[in-house]
This record gives sequence, structure tokens and C-alpha cells, in this order.
Amino acid sequence: MSDRQIVIVGSGPAGLTAALYAARANLKPLLIEGLEAGGQLMLTTMVDNWPGFRDGIMGPDLMAEMRAQAARFGTETLEGNVTAVDLRHRPFTLVMGDGRTITTEALVIATGASARWLEIGSDRKLSGHGVSTCATCDGYFFKGRPVAVVGGGDSAMEEAIYLTKFASKVTVVHRRDALRASKIMQEKAFANPKIDFIWDSEVADVKDVDKGEVTGIVVRHLKTGHLRELPLDGMFVAIGHTPNTSLFKGQIELDASGYIVSHHGTRTNVPGVFAAGDVQDRIYRQAVTAAGSGCMAAIDAERYLEGLPQDTSETRHTVA
Amino acid sequence: MASDKIKIFTDSNFDQETKNGIVLVDFWAEWCGPCRRLAPTVEALAGEFDGRATVAKLNVDENPGVPGRFMIRGIPTLLIFKNGQLAETLVGLAPKEDIARLIEKHLS
Repeated sequence: MSDRQIVIVGSGPAGLTAALYAARANLKPLLIEGLEAGGQLMLTTMVDNWPGFRDGIMGPDLMAEMRAQAARFGTETLEGNVTAVDLRHRPFTLVMGDGRTITTEALVIATGASARWLEIGSDRKLSGHGVSTCATCDGYFFKGRPVAVVGGGDSAMEEAIYLTKFASKVTVVHRRDALRASKIMQEKAFANPKIDFIWDSEVADVKDVDKGEVTGIVVRHLKTGHLRELPLDGMFVAIGHTPNTSLFKGQIELDASGYIVSHHGTRTNVPGVFAAGDVQDRIYRQAVTAAGSGCMAAIDAERYLEGLPQDTSETRHTVA
Repeated sequence: MASDKIKIFTDSNFDQETKNGIVLVDFWAEWCGPCRRLAPTVEALAGEFDGRATVAKLNVDENPGVPGRFMIRGIPTLLIFKNGQLAETLVGLAPKEDIARLIEKHLS
């Protein structure tokens, strides 16, 4: 006997859509929110590529709507973080940060991905003191000051454009000689007079760890090896994301980059464990694809539960 | 929504309020998504440590002085003070248990 038929870990678009479908299938899902509740959209401003909103919708507002919709059909949510799992025995066991355990017949992993840092050490040491991965959180502290954005994708351009509201100047540092960002974002960035570009270059160091604040960055030109120092007050890192899978290492199949490997839809190599959203998607990584795979995971889980012996449906609902 | 156990710090009362004992200060702003996520955690800590440690919030929009003094350039940031001295800095989101452990460490 287990506490739950289905538990969903993660509360971004994938987790909340899985919860919505599982709730409507009368599976009484428990959704564990995690530390970064609401996922990456909580850190964005206007989302213009979520279908159904012709004028766009603010990321946090969209997540609030998804939450309310999942709750409307009986999703129970639990604040907090899962700190350990046992997927070797069924029912699966999840251990929460406060020590309490939850058992479940089916598990949907929708833990998403978190911003990646540079691999230079000094960027992490100056996190919160001039280095940031969230322009909407920290742009405010750079009113009238020069900043850098590292990266060349859509999120880097979004950060750069957003930062021009505050910063005196935004310098984009990118490893290649062309942006990865979509045409529309590129055009917006190129048209902004406050944004400059340094091409074919990477950040070799951030100054000044001893002072405890950012005073500049050292940029290395990748073709010539030439180093130069740019004085500035802030650096925003937007070089992509790392899947949040450390919790599952050794218990389910991950690829070399740490993404969950899914087969035949959202199935992992452990029967009863399903994966949805950015935690298993290294290609598309969109809110709408995450939501789509969340729906698939709930349907896959529902079919899996239907195939289990009947007595397992006698679940206790004692948690949360 | 705000618990009455949480104190509100400002640029003008900050030094007085952090002078004695263990004080946790949550630097936040309305427009900061992660700050809103951390708010329930800070509220819960205020309840847990009631009478043993002070838990407070400081709005960086309305009070630029204190964040400037501590070179805060990112929020949420949690600072823990022990008898007026800065003892811990936590940048970004942290699980409640981790924050509680840090407060306990300085209480003992």
C-alpha cells in the first residue's frame, strides 16, 4: 500500500500540466513544488510564444493561472524540496527536506533545468555581488551602470534588452561570430543603441573577488588568444541550462549531459517513472513543449496505473 | 498574509534592530519572482524561531541604503547578523532546513 497513486516533482509548465491531466483523470495527484517553484517562467517578463495569448502574458501570471487550473481539479501541492529518492523498490519513496517520506505507485519527474554558470569559479564567488543569472531579479541594482551579458541565445538577448532599461550600456559577449537567438530577438537586440557585441570571445575572469564586487571582466578572443579587461559593474550569465537530475543519478538512465533518457513517449528505464519538460529535453526547451510532455507523462502514467494489480488503487491520502 | 512575527526593517531602524542577538534579514522587492517564492519560507522561519531569533524583511526598493552598505546586487539575499556583526550571507533560494541550520549554528 502506498500513500499516493501519482506524485509529480516540479511545478513548471511540465509538472503543472501533468498535474492537471492526472487530476482530471481522478488520480488525486500530489505535486511537490521544489525550491524554484513555478520554474524558469517565473524569471521571465512577457511571454509572446505561449499560444492563446495574442498580446502575450507575463511569465509569473501564466504560472499562477496554471497552478490555479491544476488546483481546480483537485491537485494537492506541497511546498518544499525532495532531498532523496528510492526508485529501486515499488512503491517509490521520496524523502522531503524536513525528513518526511512519501510513497507512490507512479512518479512524474518534471524538475526542469537551472541556469548554467561559467566554469571559471570567480563568477560563482561574486554571485549576488554583481554576477547574476536573472536580469529581471537583479537588473534594478545596475541603474546607470555598464554591464555585460554572456551568451548568444534567445534568453541572452532577452536579458540584454531587458537590462537596457536600467544599465548605461550592455555588452554582449558571445563565443561565436553570429547569434544563436531567433531572428526576431536578434533584430531587436541589434536595433537597440545601448547594446554592443564582442564576438568570438569568452569571459576568462571576473574581477574583483577580493573586493567582493564586480569591477570588470577579462575577455579572451578565441581566435587570437588576446586578453583584454573591460571595466563594468555587473555580469549576467545566459549560457543555457543544466538539467536538475542529481537526485536521480544512479537510479534512472541519464545521458552524458545529465538529461533523463525517455523512451516511447515519457517512459524512463524504470517502469512507473516518467519524465517531462526540460529535464529530458535538450532540443526544444520551450514552455509549450514542456507542457505538452507533461500531458503525455500524465497519460502514460494513467495507463501504467491501469495495468497494475487492483489492490494498489487502495491508497491512503495522508500526506499534506 | 504577512506574519506578525516578521519584523519590517528600514534604512532608519536597521542598525538599532540588528544590534542584539541573532537576526535574519530577507532583502526583497515586489518585482522579484524568486523573492516571492522565498517569502513563505521566511515566514515559516519567523514562526519557528519566535523568541529565539529575529526574522525580518527589508524592501530594497524603499530602502536603498542598507543594501548599498552590504554591496547587495542580487535578491533574494539573506543576511544573518550576530550582535550586530554580519555572520552569514546566502544569495538566492535556499531550502528552509538549510537556513534554519545556519540560524541554529549561531544560536548555540
